[in-house]
Amino acid sequence: MALNPEQINRYSRHLLLPEVGVEGQEQICNARVLVIGTGGLGSPIGLYLAAAGVGTLGFIDFDVVDLSNLQRQVMHGESTVGHLKVDSAKNRIADINSSIEVVTYNERLTAANAMDIFKDYDIIIDGTDNFPTRYLTNDACVLLGKPLVYGSILRFEGQVSVFDAARGPCYRCLYPEPPPPGLVPNCAEGGVLGVLCATVGSLQATEALKLILGKGDTLIGRFMLFDALGMKFREMKLRKDENCPICGDNPTISELVDYEQFCGIVPHEESPEDSALEIDAQLVKDKLEGGNGFRLIDVREPSEYQICKIEGATLIPLGLIQEKNPAHLEGITKNDEIVVHCKAGVRSLKAAKALKEMGFTNVKSMRGGIEEWSDRIDPSVPKY
Amino acid sequence: MTRLLYFASLRALAGKSEESLELGGETTVRALGERIGKTSPKLGEMILGKKVMVSVNQDVATLDTPVRDGDEVAFLPPFSGGAI
Ligand SMILES: [Zn+2]
Repeated sequence: MALNPEQINRYSRHLLLPEVGVEGQEQICNARVLVIGTGGLGSPIGLYLAAAGVGTLGFIDFDVVDLSNLQRQVMHGESTVGHLKVDSAKNRIADINSSIEVVTYNERLTAANAMDIFKDYDIIIDGTDNFPTRYLTNDACVLLGKPLVYGSILRFEGQVSVFDAARGPCYRCLYPEPPPPGLVPNCAEGGVLGVLCATVGSLQATEALKLILGKGDTLIGRFMLFDALGMKFREMKLRKDENCPICGDNPTISELVDYEQFCGIVPHEESPEDSALEIDAQLVKDKLEGGNGFRLIDVREPSEYQICKIEGATLIPLGLIQEKNPAHLEGITKNDEIVVHCKAGVRSLKAAKALKEMGFTNVKSMRGGIEEWSDRIDPSVPKY
Repeated sequence: MTRLLYFASLRALAGKSEESLELGGETTVRALGERIGKTSPKLGEMILGKKVMVSVNQDVATLDTPVRDGDEVAFLPPFSGGAI
């Protein structure tokens, strides 16, 4: 497909680069790239690849735009809060470059649909926020022989690499197994500097364009680390792991598996033991007003406590409770009536279990956390 | 002296972002992991369980990679973030 006069004008700054030129721009215009997630990383990746003229851009996301996304997800805006992210992306991109084709998948990426979706693309770009999807994406790319542009962010740090099992290592060569659930915070728990998404996402978009052009030294076999606070880039040399279960000499994985199970994530089903540990927010309010010997413990992080709190709650972050050192528990005693709460009720359930194991007998976890408190008890407590 | 660097969430587990250790001769990443585990059990467990990526002098390492005085050993956990 030759460039038309409008395209020559639009892409002139690319055409002037000897490494791109007319031929390279035609390759870009014929390329098919799938972006997994249209969030923090997917936003700059999608915007720049659209501007660069990537012929077909696929976006897979099942989420809806939320106000709290706008701090970093520059694909979306106030006018699309509440809309499907893939629709918001499609509309935004139509304004940037109406000549490219945008394919949207408003669904969760699963072992059942991944191969079928990936097979139509030349390059897959990882902008996911969870380990099951990350391993699923890696495995599907290895099985299909597609290059994967990997990126990940947390707080002030980012990671970027390119995995192409035909030419170098894959994600499993680095991390054969996922971390135990809960050990690595995600962005919702750990926070993220919004602009970090642009740094990491634009590096990923750069690598995707280099793969399309076949130019430069890509990050295949290299791992970039970026620390925004220290303003430092570091690089590590990677090697293919001959024992890698999917791209090694004797692979044991020949098809996609159940990644939720692989990552130790049990589908959220209320077990009777969990329900027995929980207490309704209204009952907690009554107890707070009743006083005497009752302690409400907030197990969130200090930064979350500063955003909002329930009056009368004492802060003891979950990590501190899990260390099981009675000296760090703000003087609560085994005879106190204790209710723990967090943001949504997941961490507090862990805290309640840890306290029980330490011998605290009268412990409950407030169901739904401070979010439910905000909904039903005190709307002046903001949600974040 | 061997310089150890901890990244991201490992800083909290180690209680520091870097430290220098006197090895007293050549050792391995595995032995280093065992030694770290004595002061930071969770971190030691993650290193020995291959849940973190280890590099020696900016080159990815296995548990059997030798570590000598003057080397720089970095520990990097997986990140989950991206879309959120
Ligand atoms: Zn591999």
